[in-house]
Amino acid sequence: MTISAVPTKPWAKSPRDRVRDIAFILISIVSSYVVVAATPMKGKLAYAFVLFFSYALITGTFSFITRGAPAAKDSVVKTLVAIGAVLTVVPIASILFTVLKNGLPGIHKGLFTTDMSMATPTDPIIVGGLLHAITGTLTLVVVALIMSVPIGILTALYLTEIQGKFSGPIRFLVQAMSGVPSIVAGLFILSSVLYPITKSYSALMGALALTILMIPTVARTSEEVLLLIPNDLREAGTALGGTQWRTVAMIVLPAARSGLMTAVILGIARIAGETAPILLLTGGGDKVNPNAFSGSVGSLPYYIWKSFNAGSPEAITRAWAGLLVLMLLVLILFITARALSSRKISK
Amino acid sequence: MSTTTLIPSPRDITTEPRRSDKVFRGVVTGGGLSSLVILGLIAIFLAYRGYGVMRTEGFSFITSPKWEITVDESANVVSSDFGLSAMLVGTILCSIVAVVIALPISVFSALFLNFYAPEWLKRILVTIIDMMAAFPSILFGIWGFLVLMPSVEYWAKIINKYLGWIPFFEVKPYFVTRSPFIAGVVLAIMIIPIITSVSREIFAQAPLDRIQAAFALGATRWAMIKAVVIPHGRSGVIGGAMLGLGRAMGETVAVYTVLNIIFQVNWHILFGAGGNVASLIILRFGEASAYEINALMAAGLVLFLLTLIVNALANLIVKSTGKSGR
Repeated sequence: MTISAVPTKPWAKSPRDRVRDIAFILISIVSSYVVVAATPMKGKLAYAFVLFFSYALITGTFSFITRGAPAAKDSVVKTLVAIGAVLTVVPIASILFTVLKNGLPGIHKGLFTTDMSMATPTDPIIVGGLLHAITGTLTLVVVALIMSVPIGILTALYLTEIQGKFSGPIRFLVQAMSGVPSIVAGLFILSSVLYPITKSYSALMGALALTILMIPTVARTSEEVLLLIPNDLREAGTALGGTQWRTVAMIVLPAARSGLMTAVILGIARIAGETAPILLLTGGGDKVNPNAFSGSVGSLPYYIWKSFNAGSPEAITRAWAGLLVLMLLVLILFITARALSSRKISK
Repeated sequence: MSTTTLIPSPRDITTEPRRSDKVFRGVVTGGGLSSLVILGLIAIFLAYRGYGVMRTEGFSFITSPKWEITVDESANVVSSDFGLSAMLVGTILCSIVAVVIALPISVFSALFLNFYAPEWLKRILVTIIDMMAAFPSILFGIWGFLVLMPSVEYWAKIINKYLGWIPFFEVKPYFVTRSPFIAGVVLAIMIIPIITSVSREIFAQAPLDRIQAAFALGATRWAMIKAVVIPHGRSGVIGGAMLGLGRAMGETVAVYTVLNIIFQVNWHILFGAGGNVASLIILRFGEASAYEINALMAAGLVLFLLTLIVNALANLIVKSTGKSGR
């Protein structure tokens, strides 16, 4: 006679437990409606408040009856913690939703082929487009990339490969630099380059300020990636007679390639929507300006800012459309960075 | 005899790096020192530009609430009175409101992510929260102004109705639109991702053996968190909150769009008047004369030093918890 042991999962929820959980939720939803109808409280806030309060109360009481005071506390905390997570996610859902809803009416065929040189923000939406803003943002990002990526990666290399006596202070300074307010970066370029040297707005000025904001992001992410490269690779390089320079250039950096790409993309996402220094330094022209070194240049944040401050319904729709394009840009960059960083070490 | 010529002379064994390595190390060290150079240059240039204004204004640059300048037709300064106290109070008020709102929400959601959420939900939520941290501030500003403001005004009215007897929540005269409270809520939403991800990382470092020991002794999840996770992560969470504070203090565009900027020291968070140093710079920059620009540079220097101190403290706190691991 064989006895077959059936594995049990005493911690798993039985169907009865599930029914009970759903019943609790239903009861609290119903009670929230009843309470809101019966008392002078009104509005979404009241519904949400009563809903969570009654859910916490019901589950807390149930746990107290079945398992005592510690379990009651535990279940109340569980509700609280879930509320925290919900409150974290609600704003982003609202942002995504409203930007999509308000931005889509502003999207039209000419948006990506025309600029605003023949239009004002208060014109009908069909007139004019975003071309100058998109090309301007592109110019700013590319120029900022050329300056910030080498510096950022060199900083990361110093922290991981050389590990000199300044490593601690520099790590600290890089972190301090990531907290520099964007407007201060703008003022710095204004005082150090724009007023004494060039005396005019240009994409280069904006890009210099963006470089300051981008370096810490690139440096910190690259450092994390370089730390993940196994030391065996470095030792193998040295054992084969490679100098440190050749080991880093031929082995470490290629191995960290996709991780470094992630760092760069996160840096771009950080600066693409940066507004304050752009307002101070680029002048915000309405025409496509291919010259990065002179002349005012438009950009997505500047366009949004200008349209938003113009205030008419058309202008506000323009601002939303600009926000939609900017948000999509940031989302695409972010998702690309995520996809790349899921394989941090290349083959 | 001829064989000896085939044997190469032995190489010198040396720890001296090759020239290529010397160059490499020099270049990398130079790059590494760039952050020091940039931070130093920022302080030097802003101080250089703002020095004149700070000397004429003296101590009242910090204590006076006024920001006035009179110029004659040929743009000569007739009289000027620059003071930052209203803006500094506004900066501190808005960012403290933001941290007070954001801290509990962030800690709760970090606890949820680490100890309550199933793995799939955790992965999705972490991605969403990280993504939110990458959103540009102008997005938060315009969304806050057009979408969030009506609701927050309604909340502000409720708070004023029931808690108006606390001097902090007093509103006199009754004007609750575009108040520091609303700016604080928008800033809170902007810094929640930062505080959440710092707290999440700190909580994840809570020693596993102690967590398991707590469970083995029959602790509920909350009892375990109270006994193990919170003592371990407390100072790290404080550091995260200060990082958020630093970000909130330097925020420009979002505050400018939402807040009613008035040069008046206002400690009543629900009253529709306030400002912060960064928004002052944006507000005045467009029409500023050369002399006023210098005053704005000095204001920028004050803001820079303020955020630098807050950030440095925050990083020190976070770093020291990461290492100790009780």
